[in-house]
Amino acid sequence: MDIAKNSILYLDGVAVSFDGYKALRGLSMVIGPGEMRAIIGPNGAGKTTMMDIITGKTRPDEGEVLFEGSTDLTRLDEAEIAELGIGRKFQKPTVFESHTVRDNLLLALKADRTPFWTLFHRNTKDEDNRIDELLSTIKLSHRAKDLARNLSHGQKQWLEIGMLLAQEPKLLLVDEPVAGMTDAETMETAALLRHIHKSGKSVVVVEHDMAFVRELDVKVTVLHEGSVLSEGSIDHVANDPKVIEVYLGR
Amino acid sequence: MLKSIAAAIRRLSLTIVAIVAVTIVQPVLAADIDGTIQLLTTDGYSDTIEAIGQLSTSGHPRALAIVQALSDGKLQFSDSAKKVYIDTGAGLVDAATGDAVATPPADVSDVRQNNRVRGVVQAALGALSLFNPDPQKRREAAEAVFKSRDENALPAIDASLAKETVPEVATALKIARAAIVLFKSDAAEADRVVAAQAIQVAGTQDAVALLRSLPADAPKTVVNTAQASAKTIENNLALWSTAQNAWYGLSLGSVLLLAAIGLAITFGVMGIINMAHGEMVMLGAYVTFMVQEVIRNHFPSLFDLSLPIAIPLAFIVSGLVGVAIERTVIRWLYGRPLDTLLATWGISLALQQLVRTTFGANNREVGSPSWMSGSFQLGQLSITWGRMWIIVFALVVFAGLILILKKTPLGLQMRAVTQNRSMASAMGIPTPWIDALTFGLGCGIAGIAGVALSQIDNVSPNLGQGYIIDSFMVVVFGGVGNLWGTLVGAMTLGIVNKFLEPVAGAVLGKILVLVAIILFIQKRPRGLFALKGRAVEA
Amino acid sequence: MITSFLLGGLDRKTGIAILVLALIGIGVTYSNAFLADASPLHVSTGNMLLFGKYAAYALLAVALDLVWGYCGILSLGHGAFFALGGYAMGMYLMRQIGTRGVYANPILPDFMVFLNWKELPFTWVFFDHFPYAMLMVLLIPGLLAFVFGWFAFRSRVTGVYLSIITQAMTYALLLAFFRNDMGFGGNNGLTDFKDVVGYNIQADSTRRVLFALTVGFLAVGLWLASSIVNSKLGKVLIAIRDAESRTRFIGYRVAEYKTVVFTVSACMAGVAGALYVPQVGIINPSEFSPANSIEAVIWVAVGGRGTLVGAIIGAVAVNWGKTWFTGVLPEFWLFALGALFVAGPLLLPKGIVGTLGGLFSFGNRPSRVVPTSPEPAE
Ligand SMILES: Nc1ncnc2c1ncn2[C@@H]1O[C@H](COP(=O)(O)OP(=O)(O)O)[C@@H](O)[C@H]1O
Ligand SMILES: [Mg+2]
Repeated sequence: MDIAKNSILYLDGVAVSFDGYKALRGLSMVIGPGEMRAIIGPNGAGKTTMMDIITGKTRPDEGEVLFEGSTDLTRLDEAEIAELGIGRKFQKPTVFESHTVRDNLLLALKADRTPFWTLFHRNTKDEDNRIDELLSTIKLSHRAKDLARNLSHGQKQWLEIGMLLAQEPKLLLVDEPVAGMTDAETMETAALLRHIHKSGKSVVVVEHDMAFVRELDVKVTVLHEGSVLSEGSIDHVANDPKVIEVYLGR
Repeated sequence: MLKSIAAAIRRLSLTIVAIVAVTIVQPVLAADIDGTIQLLTTDGYSDTIEAIGQLSTSGHPRALAIVQALSDGKLQFSDSAKKVYIDTGAGLVDAATGDAVATPPADVSDVRQNNRVRGVVQAALGALSLFNPDPQKRREAAEAVFKSRDENALPAIDASLAKETVPEVATALKIARAAIVLFKSDAAEADRVVAAQAIQVAGTQDAVALLRSLPADAPKTVVNTAQASAKTIENNLALWSTAQNAWYGLSLGSVLLLAAIGLAITFGVMGIINMAHGEMVMLGAYVTFMVQEVIRNHFPSLFDLSLPIAIPLAFIVSGLVGVAIERTVIRWLYGRPLDTLLATWGISLALQQLVRTTFGANNREVGSPSWMSGSFQLGQLSITWGRMWIIVFALVVFAGLILILKKTPLGLQMRAVTQNRSMASAMGIPTPWIDALTFGLGCGIAGIAGVALSQIDNVSPNLGQGYIIDSFMVVVFGGVGNLWGTLVGAMTLGIVNKFLEPVAGAVLGKILVLVAIILFIQKRPRGLFALKGRAVEA
Repeated sequence: MITSFLLGGLDRKTGIAILVLALIGIGVTYSNAFLADASPLHVSTGNMLLFGKYAAYALLAVALDLVWGYCGILSLGHGAFFALGGYAMGMYLMRQIGTRGVYANPILPDFMVFLNWKELPFTWVFFDHFPYAMLMVLLIPGLLAFVFGWFAFRSRVTGVYLSIITQAMTYALLLAFFRNDMGFGGNNGLTDFKDVVGYNIQADSTRRVLFALTVGFLAVGLWLASSIVNSKLGKVLIAIRDAESRTRFIGYRVAEYKTVVFTVSACMAGVAGALYVPQVGIINPSEFSPANSIEAVIWVAVGGRGTLVGAIIGAVAVNWGKTWFTGVLPEFWLFALGALFVAGPLLLPKGIVGTLGGLFSFGNRPSRVVPTSPEPAE
């Protein structure tokens, strides 16, 4: 119980199946406040499904999912979970294509989300400044007025990270942020994530790219067939015979 | 006073009937009824009654005719000739011989009747009919006795029962007997209880009424048994009426199934919203009309084969139109379901107008082959052959479709394409053609449905419009992408509709069903048998 | 707050459109009232009625564009909200007839006397009060949309499923209003109106006022809709249209937004129906027929979804075409309409305004883009 209390995210015995296929089977994991965690695992290991469950997209068949030690996430819907302070970047970048980069950030910006206040919302000076700041963080200041659909793949990834930051979440879930990026972009993204982490937020990063994970230099959890196979520093994990078998044995 | 007369009549007619019974059981050849005839010419009620009694016992071949004539008020007599005549309307015949009388005497007048006479006549008639050679007549007589519960008929019933060989008539007799005994206040209590149970066999609303109308002063056991019997019959009746409703429901369900099954392919499997689906049904109906026109004008003897001929033609016509629509319009709109909806709606408007300009806006006459007309009885269900064949046909079409999808290479490729288009195409499946063929198949099946629906609906350009919303409801309710769901959905909606109808009326029933589906979809957006998984979320 | 909200709606395109509408409203009524019949600029009362009808349709189209063009909700049941508004107005007009009906019953409309009813059903009770009737014009469609929308959107019924159940909704209402015992005139609906707020409904002057009011309400509706779509809420709507689940993941309660915009839109449709009825003089159950609702969709598609002004242009253009065809080539109207349905999505997916806007960038802000096919977030 103490473990749960001192964590920002606590998963215990989470299981879910789709039409009989068990995507997660007894997944347990604890993320501490302010921790950054990398999660790796082969395709189909259940990484994205785990994020679906944390963010309320999928309901687990069994198991416990707690936020900040007390809030039961399995009872809430996506919007409520987002309002608690959990932000998510999707594996496939999804930004609002027919909005400008600036409007994308504006929509994500932390604010009252009820229809009434949204209807009568006027941008404040603070908000504009905040958006400018974010634009420069994600290096998209020069494209602020362009439609998001015209961005490159990498830029969309960054815009999505920017939107994530705009929400000012306590916990960020980042699904394969460097897929399809050049090496340089990958390194910059790693730096950006470390920077976010330093600013005091908890971050869970799912990634395949070992170089990137190494670059992050944080505790690693290996998922395999819906449960945790190994956990520890990157070197520990990389030398774990079970992990080697899963990655190389097939 | 009246009461004692009634009792007297009863006693008298009782003896008559008893005698008739005895006579019939041991036939006596009495050729001479002259004495009896004389009694009818005295113009006295007592003599007439006496005569009827004798007639009943005589076993004479003319006895029934004479009593019947008396009952119809057609019996006349002549005091001068001492003869009795029957007025046939076309002239008089001699009652005793049946020979026509050329010159009747001048003093012919009716044999008069009073209530006493009438009572005796009716009892005698009933008794005489119970021995009619025609089983149908005997059965009617038994049913008449059941209604009248005339105690006097009891001996005749017993006699008739003893020699009855036709089972249905025997049953009717037993029921009639039970009815009499049940109400016979001087019968043994045990007999009456047995009678109250025996009436159950009748199983009609009349029997219930009869059982319920037992006088309050009857012994408790009898009343209780009667009540229990009535309850049993009512339960049975309720069961039959439920069965009848269920049958109507299945019948409506099969119509819905026919209309929706093609849609289950185009919408359910391919995800294409084809608002012109109803018009494919309509085309099938018009194909039937044209086939029948040709047959009527050139090969009238083939009329009974018109539907079997129309089925493949309707499939081909609607199927080809479907392929054409897919190739020219729908294929440009994949991934834009709402646009597809609008475009196919446009096509449906144009097709309706096309048929209207070609065939006129009026209903066209489509006939039923002989094997589709008439009905038969199953227990207390009345089943028309037309409905029966439509149910069978719907199930056959359904089974055929399942087979096509599961067992043929085309079906395999269809499933491959709908499940993973790019993978299928990478494996060398010609996806565009599979799309066209799948869509054509759905439309062709709608055409076949049109052949069946031409038998129960007006064949007009608007035929399809009446089915489109219902079809979508069926598919959505059953669960998209699941043919079995469509089957269950169609039958459920059909049955629910028919059970609501007697309670709420046809229109309100339909509204209720629509509202229920709307609510249901909100509870289970993916229908009864939803596929779960990532694929359906797109 | 309100003013800045409304000022936000006055972008160039909307401003021009409102100006044009004002000119038409003033011009047509002036010409009908003061120009000689022989004058080439004279607008006959018949034509004015026709334009008034188009204007009511245009308001319905704007309402539809608000939900479809901006929020991706393709309602095939907006005709029902239009008809409900129309019925509310019709009930008021019925009660205005008073003793001038065939049966001269001061309380009961003719059809109720005919059905041998003794008492006014509770649904009709306050409808002799104009303000109450006008409240109902907004409230009844609004309430239906709110309840229907809340259930549907909360259960995440989207896309074609939603379209199909909205169609079923209007179909169920069609069947219901056909029933005599619903108490809304059954088959024949409501007609033979005499007065509206004390003025003879047939008089030219009344008709001019009605026309001007309809055009005025169209302008107001356009402005309101434009203010909504230009607000932050409008941006959320577009976000929902393009990536519904993504919008949810950044914390917006999508069902609430959809319900709000669906309800507002239904109220606008109700007002359109209420303006329509006194001009055409009748409302009957056929207004609920699903075909009507789909036809309204094609107005928006032709004009250009997600443009608001396009909805107006589309409604007027298609209905003008309908009037022309039914006059000259009646049998061909359905072919033409069918062709429009097919050609619209196929050849002109952005509609007239969207396409022109693309060519000349006619005041079209970048956010007005034809919806891409929505893809689920993964
Ligand atoms: N909604 C769903 N429906 C059906 N199968 C799913 C669904 N979500 C995930 N799966 C299945 O669960 C397994 C795990 O998927 P996922 O979590 O995406 O893996 P990863 O992200 O680790 O590559 C896969 O086999 C996937 O097909
Ligand atoms: Mg994944």
